[in-house]
Amino acid sequence: MAVIKREKRPELDEGGMGYLQSLPRRVVTVYLPLLVFVIVLLFPFYWMTITAVKPNLEMTDYVNFNPFWVVHPTLQHIRYLLFETSYPGWLLNTIIISTAATFLSLLASVFAAYAIERLRFSGARQVGLAIFLAYLVPPSILFIPLSVMVFNLGLYDTPFALILTYPTFLIPFCTWLLMGYFRSIPFELEECALIDGASRWQILTKIVLPLSVPGLISAGIFAFTLSWNEFIYALTFIQSSETKTVPVGVLTELVRSDVYEWGALMAGALIGSLPVVVLYSFFVEHYVSSMTGAVKE
Amino acid sequence: MAVSSIAVQPRPSILSRLAESRNALGFGFMLPAAALLLVFLTYPLGLGVWLGFTDARIGRPGIFIGIENYEYLWSDAVFWLSVFNTLLYTISASILKFVLGLWLALILNQNLPFKSFFRAIVLLPWVVPTVLSAIAFWWIYDSQFSILSWALQQMGLIDHRINFLGDPENARASVIAANVWRGIPFVAITLLAGLQTIPQSLYEAATLDGASRWQLFRFVTLPLLTPIIAITMTFSVLFTFTDFQLIYVLTRGGPVNATHLMATLSFQRGISGGQLGEGAAIAVAMIPFLLAAILFSYFGLQRRKWQQGGGD
Repeated sequence: MAVIKREKRPELDEGGMGYLQSLPRRVVTVYLPLLVFVIVLLFPFYWMTITAVKPNLEMTDYVNFNPFWVVHPTLQHIRYLLFETSYPGWLLNTIIISTAATFLSLLASVFAAYAIERLRFSGARQVGLAIFLAYLVPPSILFIPLSVMVFNLGLYDTPFALILTYPTFLIPFCTWLLMGYFRSIPFELEECALIDGASRWQILTKIVLPLSVPGLISAGIFAFTLSWNEFIYALTFIQSSETKTVPVGVLTELVRSDVYEWGALMAGALIGSLPVVVLYSFFVEHYVSSMTGAVKE
Repeated sequence: MAVSSIAVQPRPSILSRLAESRNALGFGFMLPAAALLLVFLTYPLGLGVWLGFTDARIGRPGIFIGIENYEYLWSDAVFWLSVFNTLLYTISASILKFVLGLWLALILNQNLPFKSFFRAIVLLPWVVPTVLSAIAFWWIYDSQFSILSWALQQMGLIDHRINFLGDPENARASVIAANVWRGIPFVAITLLAGLQTIPQSLYEAATLDGASRWQLFRFVTLPLLTPIIAITMTFSVLFTFTDFQLIYVLTRGGPVNATHLMATLSFQRGISGGQLGEGAAIAVAMIPFLLAAILFSYFGLQRRKWQQGGGD
C-alpha cells in the first residue's frame, strides 16, 4: 500500500503543474528529446556550412580527416561561386522578383481584405471563402497550363512571368492573414471617422493601415520568403542562365557533370538561405504569428 | 461634414453615391486581387482541365481528343506506380510529421529556459528554401561520401555503405525522411500555438480529480487540440501530396520510377517530355485527392465552431 502511494503521489503533482517535476525525470522526458530534435533539425545546416568551407582534399578523405570537422578552412568554394559563376546575378534576380511579387500581392491583398472584412459588400462571405479555397490550389497542378499562358503572353523567360504568377499563391495567403488583422480593429474607430466625414479611402489609409502594421509586416515577410523559396514556376518558366533564380540556378547550373562540386553547391545553398534566415531572425514573432494565424483563422 | 448629416438629403452626385455604395466600392477594392487571381489562377485551372482532353505538345496547340489521355494513363503502369508512391509518401510522411511534431510541440510547451530561442531554432528547416536544404540532403545521402553511412560504420552498426538513393526501398525511405525533417517544424509550431490557448486551469482541475499524465493528454489536451490538428494536418497533407521540389532534387523520380510522385511525373511528361496534354491529365488526376483533403478541412472547421458553442 505504501509503495503504491509513493508511486502515485508524484504523478498527481506533475501534470498541469510541470514545474514541480523532479529534475531527473524532466531530463529524460523533456531535455533529452529536445536535444535530439534540435540536433537532427540543425545537422543539415551544420553539414552545409562545414562542407562549404572544406578544401576538396579533406572532403573526400574520411580516413585521415574527421568529416565532422575542418582542419584548414578555405574560402575557395565561395570565391568560385561569387566570381566564376552567375550566382550574384541569380541572387539579384531573386531579390527583384521576390520584392516585386510581394509588393504587388500586398497591395492587392490590403484592398481585398478591407473590402471583404469591412465594406461587407453583398457576397463578401462567399468571396472570402473563395480566397481561402484559392489558397489551397497547389502550384503543382497549375504549372502546365500557366506555362502555356506565359508562352502565349510572350512572358516566357522574363522576370515578369514569375512576378505575375507568384501572386496566385501570395494573394490568397496575404488576404486571409490581413482579414484576421482587420477584424481585430474596433469598428467604433471607423464609425467615429465616418461621422467626422472621412471617406473610405481616408479611413483605410489613416486608420486601418497604421493600426495593422504588424499584420502587414507578417504578411510581407512571409510572402517574401514564399517567393524566395518558390521552385516549380521558376524551373518551368525560365530558360536562360542569366534570368534564373537562386534555387533553380544552383540546381541546374552548378550540377554539371558526374563530378559534383559539393563545396560550391553547399556554399550556394548556404548563401541562398542566408537572406531569408536573416530576415526571419529579425522578425521571428511576426513570422510565427503569420504562420499560426493563417491556420487558426 | 454635410454629407454625413441625416437631416439634409439633397440628391448626391453619381460619383459620391458610388463612393458611398458598399457594392461599388467593394467591387473597386476587390478588382486588383480578383483580376490577378482570375487570370492567373482560375483560368489556368480551367485551361489545365481542357489541356487534359487534348494532345497539345510544346509549340503545338493540340486538338480535342476526348479522354484518350486518361485511357492511356489508365493502362500505364508507371502512372499507377506514381499514384501508389504519392499515397505512400503522403500517408507515411504525414503520420510521422504528426507524431513527431506533436511530441515536439508538447516538449516546447513545457516551462523551458530559452523557450523562444528554441522555438526560433526549431522553425529553421521550414524557413530555408526547400531546394537548398534538399541539396544538403543530397550530399548527406551521397552514395560514396555519405556522412550517415560513415557515422554508422564508425559506431559499428553497419558494415558497408548504405546506398540511400540508388535502391528503390532506400530511396523511398530517404525522401520520406527528408520530407519529415522539413515538415516537423510547421506541425510543431502551429500545434504549439494551439496548445498555448488551452487554459492551465483545466489541467489543474483534472489533476485535482486524480487524472494521470496520459489521461490529462487524452481527455484535456487532445479534444481541445483536435480542430487545430485537423486544419494543420490538412495543410500538411496537401503540401506533401503535391510535393515536387524534394523529389526533383533528390531522385528525379528514380531509381526505376520508385519515387516518382504524380507532380514529378506530370513535370517529366508535360515539360521535359513536351506532352503537355498528358502532363495536364496527370495533374488533373490529383484534383479528386485534393478535394477530399479540402472537404476534410471544411468539416474540421465546422467541428471547431460547434465546440465553441456556436450554431452550425
